[in-house]
Parts: sequence; C-alpha cells; structure tokens
Amino acid sequence: MSAGAQALDGVKIVEFGGYAAGPHVGKMLANFGATVVHVESMSRPDGFRMQYPPYKDDKPGINSGGCFTYFNDSKYGVTVDLKNAEGRKLARRLADWCDIVIENMRPGVIDRLGLGFQELRTSNPGVIMLSTCNMGQTGPRADTPGFGSQLSALAGFCGLTGEKEGPPMLLYGPYIDYVASTLGAVAVLAALERRQRTGNGAYLDVSQYECGLLFLAGPLLEYHRNGRVAERAANDDPDAAPHGAYACLGEGWIALSCWSNEEFVRLCGAIGRLDLAKDSTLTTLAGRKSAAALIHDALSPWARDRDAHEAAQLLQSAGVHAHAVNSIADLFTDPQLVSRRHWRRRRHPVIGDQAYCFPAFELSETPGDITASGPVLGADNERVFRDFLGLSEDEFNALRAKGAMD
Amino acid sequence: MLQGCVVLDCTGRLGWLAGRLLADLGAEVIKLEVPGADVSSSDWCALNVNKRLVRIDPSEPGGQRTLDQFAARADILIATPHPGSDEVRLFDYARLSAINERLIVVAITPFGLTGPKADWQASDIEIMAAGGAMSLAGEPDGAPLRVSTPQSYAWAGGQAAVGALTALAARRRTGRGQMVDVSAQAAVITALSHAATFVDILGITPTRAGAYMTGRSVTGANYRVFWPCRDGFINFILYGGPAGRRTSEQLVVWMRERGFDLDGLGDVDWARFDPTRASQAEVDAIEGPIGRFIGSLTKREFLEGAHQREMLGYPVSNTADIATDPQLEARAFWQDIPGPDGRSERHCGSFVVVDGERPSLVHPSDEPERAPRRAGEA
Repeated sequence: MSAGAQALDGVKIVEFGGYAAGPHVGKMLANFGATVVHVESMSRPDGFRMQYPPYKDDKPGINSGGCFTYFNDSKYGVTVDLKNAEGRKLARRLADWCDIVIENMRPGVIDRLGLGFQELRTSNPGVIMLSTCNMGQTGPRADTPGFGSQLSALAGFCGLTGEKEGPPMLLYGPYIDYVASTLGAVAVLAALERRQRTGNGAYLDVSQYECGLLFLAGPLLEYHRNGRVAERAANDDPDAAPHGAYACLGEGWIALSCWSNEEFVRLCGAIGRLDLAKDSTLTTLAGRKSAAALIHDALSPWARDRDAHEAAQLLQSAGVHAHAVNSIADLFTDPQLVSRRHWRRRRHPVIGDQAYCFPAFELSETPGDITASGPVLGADNERVFRDFLGLSEDEFNALRAKGAMD
Repeated sequence: MLQGCVVLDCTGRLGWLAGRLLADLGAEVIKLEVPGADVSSSDWCALNVNKRLVRIDPSEPGGQRTLDQFAARADILIATPHPGSDEVRLFDYARLSAINERLIVVAITPFGLTGPKADWQASDIEIMAAGGAMSLAGEPDGAPLRVSTPQSYAWAGGQAAVGALTALAARRRTGRGQMVDVSAQAAVITALSHAATFVDILGITPTRAGAYMTGRSVTGANYRVFWPCRDGFINFILYGGPAGRRTSEQLVVWMRERGFDLDGLGDVDWARFDPTRASQAEVDAIEGPIGRFIGSLTKREFLEGAHQREMLGYPVSNTADIATDPQLEARAFWQDIPGPDGRSERHCGSFVVVDGERPSLVHPSDEPERAPRRAGEA
C-alpha cells in the first residue's frame, strides 16, 4: 500500500481484535510501511464500528463510523469467521504468512481459537505475537474485563487530575489504551530487531495497566522511597510560579509558566506590571507561590481581554513559556501542526474525506504516510486472500461458499 | 531484545522515558549529564534507572570530543535540543552523521524541529495545552486542567522510542541512519483517542466532561462516574449492553448479600434499563442506593468484590494503592535495585513480559559508565 521506500516495507502484520489497544499499534506501523491486515467478521465487526460515534451525517452504519477508520487507516480489511472451522483455517494461513500477530482479546481466547503463540510457532517459527489486555496474561485478576477509561482510574491518572479539594476527573476516552499501544509498538519493533539478528520470534505479554504506570514512574518511586503519596494539584507545579491556565476572550484560555525569577520579570514586562517585578517578596519561587492570589489577580484581567493565541505569541516573544489551550477544533488550524502535516485527508467510500492523524515523529530518509482511509468491512478479502496468501480463484470461492469469510 | 544496541541518551526531562524503554528491552543506554547536575530526584532515578551515567559537559571542547567519540560507536542518539541553544548545533544531524553515518539521531522537542513554533518554549503545561489535552480535562465550567504529574514528556518519550526503532528497522536494509523528528505537541494528540473525528465529521468540538458522564442519554441525564467510598473514590458507571447489565445485576446481588437497603433497586429490570433513554429522575433514583452502598466500601473491597463478580468499574487508585496491588506483585512488576545511598529502591520494572519473563533492570540509576574510555578505543 506504499509508494517509495518506507522503514517497515516488507513487514507483515495481522491483527485479531478491535477497539483501540491492538489496532492503534498496527496503525502506527502501517504509517511507516508495514503491510497490516485487520481481521474482523461480518457477525462480529470491530466494536469501534458500531458502538462509538461519530458517524457520517450522524447516521450509525457499519461503514460510516469515523472512530473505527481513525485507528485503521493504511491497512487492509478482511473478514474471517473464527467460529467457522474453515474460517479458523483461513486465519491460520494468515498467521503463517505474517511476521507479527497483534491480538487484544481477553486472556485465553486466542488460544481457544487455535491461534495461540505456541500453536502458531509450530508452523511459523519466527512469528512475533503481541498480546495486549487490561491486566496482562497472568496474575489473580488476569481475566478482568474492562474499559480503558476506567482502567485509567485504577492506574492513578484520574486521581491525579482535578482540584485539590474536588473529585477526581475523567480523562477523555480510554487514555491508558494509547499508552499501551505506544509501548506495545516499541516492544514489537524490538522483537523484530531481535528476529533480524537471531531468527527467533517472541511472545510479548503487555498489560495496559503496567504500561500506564511507566507514565507515573517518578511518583511511584517517590512513594516507595519515603511513603509520600502523590496528590492532584489542579494546575500547580512544585517548581514553577506562576503555573496555570487563565481565561481569555471568548472561550479561550492560555497556559503559561515561569521557571525562574528572570522569566517572571519578563512576564511582568509583557503584561505591563513591572511593579510586580520590583516587589521583593516575589523574587523567589517560594515568595511567588505564597503570593499566588496576587499574581493571579494581575494575570487574569490581562488575559481576559486578549485572544489566547495572540497572547501566547506575545509572551513567547518576550521569552515566557506560554501556549493557548487548544480546543480540539484548534488542532486542525494550529499552524505548527499544519506545517508538520499532522492531519492528512484521505477519501473513504462512505464517509468521504476524513482527516487522519499522523504519528508524532517523522523520519528524514524513509518518511511515513497515511496511505489509505480505514477499510470498509471486508474490503480487501480478495486482495489479501488471493494475492497475499496465494489462494486460487476456486479455493477462494469455495472458502467463501463455506462461510469462512462471513 | 535490543542486546548490542548502543544508545547515547543526551536528553533532558522531555526525553528521559525514551531511553528507559529501550534500556528495559536490553539496549546499552549511556546517560549523559553535565557535572553537578542533580541525579537524585525520584523523577530522575525512575526514568534513568537501567542506564549508565556519564558526566560530561558537551559545551566544553573536551566534552564535545567525548560526546563525538560516543556518537561514533552508538546506534541511536537521543537528544532534546533546547530551541535557540548551542544544543541545536551539537545535535545537528548533518554534523553527527559525518561522524557516524549509521547513527540514528532522535530529536525530541516541544513542537518539532521546523515550523512556526519550532523555537517556542514549552514545559508540560504548555505542551498539554497545545496538544488539546487540557481542553478535555476539568469541570465543564471550570479551568482546563493538566494531569498533576507531567504526561506530555512521557507521550513524547514513548513516540520517540517507536521512532528510534522504526529507523533501526530501516537501517537493517539501507545501512544508514537518519533523523527522527519528534513533536511533543503531536505526541499528546495520541492521548485524545478519537476526539478529533467529532470535529472533522460532525463539526462538534468535544469539551471537558468533569466528573460526570454527559451526552449519553437523549434526555440529557448526567451519570455519576466518581463515587465517594470509605477511603477515596470509585469509578463506576451505569452501562448498557451485556457487560453493563451483568455489572448492575451483580451489584444488586452484592448489596443483598451485605443486607443493604435496596430502596427500589431490586425492582429494576436491568435487561430493559437503557442508559441512552433514562431520565434524570430515573437515574437519580437508581444512583441513590448505589451511592450509599459504595460509600460503605473501601477501594480494595470494591476492587476485589467487583473482580469476583465480573463487574465493570475500578477504584480511583493513588500511588499507595498501586504499590500494594497484588496483581502487580503476582506479575513481578516491581523490581528492587540499589539506590544512590546503597539502599534498595523499588522501581517499575520493564513494561512488557517477553517469552514469559520480565526483562530485568540491570543498572542502578546512578551507576557510572565503568569504561568511558571505550569510546576512545572504538
């Protein structure tokens, strides 16, 4: 699906599973040239197709959901009925063809389908399998069902978000799933490197919970060291003052911070309050923290009359950390993201033009790309089963007639 | 898995996680710090454990020579060149590739190396703002919030590790290194799930949801997400579908077992309860007794009880709860390794179990690189 040399050209990946945690791994690798086949079935399509809006024109439909396509661009889509014996044989042929299998079913399910790692390696000895789930494949709670949005609470993120005296806050969507998919991609690529060196495959057991904890490694070590429990602190930071968000014109907000006395002086100059810079009680971090209300009262009226983006530009020009709090709509017009071509529009047969999200890194010599929109259900059955697996027309038709692709 | 891969980690706070992830998978990661830099904080130690520490000051001629000698034998160099500083020249790809054409240079910056904001200064709060994450956290009528522990640095570090290894795969074929340009702002967008698709497809801009679930019911009813319990909060939501139905049914069974006043909850037909159609009065009637029951439990009681009954929902853990979670103990997630004062310290172990074993952390956080002169020999 790629034109020109890409980093992962020739790497073949098959995904069993759905939603975010598995497919987002394949999406990132597809963006750098891997050939990725996303497996669903007509009776059990990816849960993101029908359970999660938005839909084109707000009309739910199996092929009109933007959530599914967003995590499955640049892939081939096939249908295989894993409840059908012929379907399972077809799935096995896919697994024998590929280098990497990614699955995010509940622990044990992939084994029961005859597609577990030990089974697959008998016919594909170099295969790499990534299994990603809530708790990992082992342990007393391995079988816990769960959603990433709630797992983000168990892993500490919700408790660390919010006002000091207020309740915990939700993070948008299954936050922790994307931590695990990012780290899962790291593990898959490391296994690929080892395979290139040794010929050995690998079984990678990723717990989304544990991956999330790496994003809180400092506070966890702090607890283990001295029993100090990290707490939510609104927008405060122990090492900067001021450090927060201030309401601007309209719905806008600006985030800003000062990390030294010199920076605070620059801020005072920029907002026309050099009197504060001369206040001897504000020349230390501790002093500025204890005068938080005074500084807030100086910044608030200054921010309130300004466009957040213009205010940020002004403060940056003065050498002060600042950025508008981008709304989700702002992300499409942010000049920096535009210049990086972060969003790339591709045409989907049902949804029409859709903006796809490029990974956060770019390679200078083998750049990535969004090569296609997310597939409609079963779009690439013929291409994948005939061209990639080498089924004859008769074999293909016979399997289809037996319901293997339902 | 990355045994034999040499990583030169020249990062500041923005990039620490990248090298840690590679070290945990077997890479030999050398962490450069200038003489005198503090390496004792929990943040530093937690994210630089398993690397070997070398003290050099690359802004001095001798320091740059040492840096270049390391670069000559490294596979991957990771840096966080501060916009406008000499680090931009020091970690310039053309300069480094002239020393070692196989070297992969990963530059992690707040906004990326080029573009109108390439020179902008940003710490975690500005990056979380720029990436859209703050617009989605906090009370709907309150200030946008960041997570109190910096997250944008971790998102950037994670994406940098993916980029580094993607370039390593390319090098297998081409024999040449390349530049990996990581934007922390863009990395934060990874955390937003598919929020952007609502703008793109429907013209609707998602905003902060606070502590309640909104927008699920056609009646406009709000659903409680965070419930006070005896020692904190529980994340519990009335869901529809088979898993939601089971969860609600099991909750009622649990309340009965405990002799709790069901207050009408026993009469609800969960097979017919549809959260997308319930009115606020119906939701309030259901949530009242549930709130009283959850209020009687501890976080750990809820975690274990909900697991036994295959219910959805989790406690809102703090670091103390996580540190004592039996699931993590059973999977040998934590690893004890000597700290700066020689006493054992407990770290998050490697993030993945490979072939049934969790790769061990090998180097304490402040273990010096035993043989920096090897660079000169290389």
